[in-house]
Amino acid sequence: MLAAALENSAEESNEETLIRRIRNGEHELFYELIRPHERRVYAAAFAILRNEADAEEVAQEAVLKAFKNIRQFRAEARFSTWLIQITVNEARMRKRKDHAHIMEAMADHRDEEGDYTPRDFADWREIPSETLERSEIREALTRALTVIGEKYQEVFLLRDVQHLTIEETAKTLKISTAAVKTRLLRARLMLRDLLSPGLGGSWSSRLSFVKGAKPWE
Amino acid sequence: MGISCQEVWREVSNYLEDNLDPVLRATIEEHLQRCKHCTAVIDGTRNVVQLYGDRRMLEVPLGFSQRLHARLQANMPPPRPRGTAWGWVFAAAASLLIVGGFELGNSAAFTGPELRSEHAIPATNHMPPDLLVVVAKDGKVFHGAAACPFMHDKNKERVMKASEAIREGYVPCTRCMKQYLSANLIAPSFQWGIMDELAGMHPVQ
Repeated sequence: MLAAALENSAEESNEETLIRRIRNGEHELFYELIRPHERRVYAAAFAILRNEADAEEVAQEAVLKAFKNIRQFRAEARFSTWLIQITVNEARMRKRKDHAHIMEAMADHRDEEGDYTPRDFADWREIPSETLERSEIREALTRALTVIGEKYQEVFLLRDVQHLTIEETAKTLKISTAAVKTRLLRARLMLRDLLSPGLGGSWSSRLSFVKGAKPWE
Repeated sequence: MGISCQEVWREVSNYLEDNLDPVLRATIEEHLQRCKHCTAVIDGTRNVVQLYGDRRMLEVPLGFSQRLHARLQANMPPPRPRGTAWGWVFAAAASLLIVGGFELGNSAAFTGPELRSEHAIPATNHMPPDLLVVVAKDGKVFHGAAACPFMHDKNKERVMKASEAIREGYVPCTRCMKQYLSANLIAPSFQWGIMDELAGMHPVQ
């Protein structure tokens, strides 16, 4: 725990140094600054756009924007949070441009106020993380994420995939921390329902996944 | 005191993130011991968080990083030449020298070197402005006297002040000047003061 905290602190210190030098004209150091975050930027864009080509383009745009606006970055935020915030904004703008949000708005029309009631109570024992080596499992998880609706998907993505804090997630999405907590709980429970093996199901044997069905059914 | 399943579901996130007060946490754990449904919900949600939080979920397309760096490179300004601190000092000193040179050159205190030859002194500086000379109307030269054989179109001669002749673009006649120099056997300065003498040799008619 302490080692991880020290490592994070060292990383942040290194980032601060890099950012200062980039601002002073050593632009080529931006490659070094951005490298540890590239995957997260792409994942954020892909989770919102659900299209590889669009996600890659938006990820590039977001990184370029970060480079051009590096002087506006404030040290009180983490660089990764700032970068993901730019990516989410860029992806949202692209989505609005493509009018894809109309379908999303329909899918998002769910009751956020009431409690969410789980629908599947099958015993889902721990899943070995090795299953993620299989691309079909990763695809099933990605597809499940697309079913739950944009506002839940964004919160889940930032908090559980990108590992932002509740406060950072709220700031990125410009919503309250209470809304983040509510949406996060619903997103997690919905995903659990979508991915739950069901009675007698198994992660390893049945992998086809369509909306309303389980990957292993 | 017990807790309902709905209340447990409401606290799933807080339970998994260990963000509950100890009393509520103990109550939930007590509930889980006798409720398979809630245990399934908690276990399943924990699996979801764990699976999605795995780094392998952040897979990028092949060549993504290279394409990203190429795009960045295409949009980066060219690198600035770097210099040492001494380099900057020398550059600043050179700038000062250049600017100082211009200032000194433009300064009123600066006077140019004395001319080496008397012939280099502009003639008009010493020419009596009221000296009378003769010019031909269509000519380019003015003479000390109308008798000068180099005088063209004597029918159209006219007399004027030397200063006016100069202003109108006339230049002095070399013969008139040569005669003056030979007669005096001296090396007079190339001044328009000699025109007084020339005027004496060739009286203006």
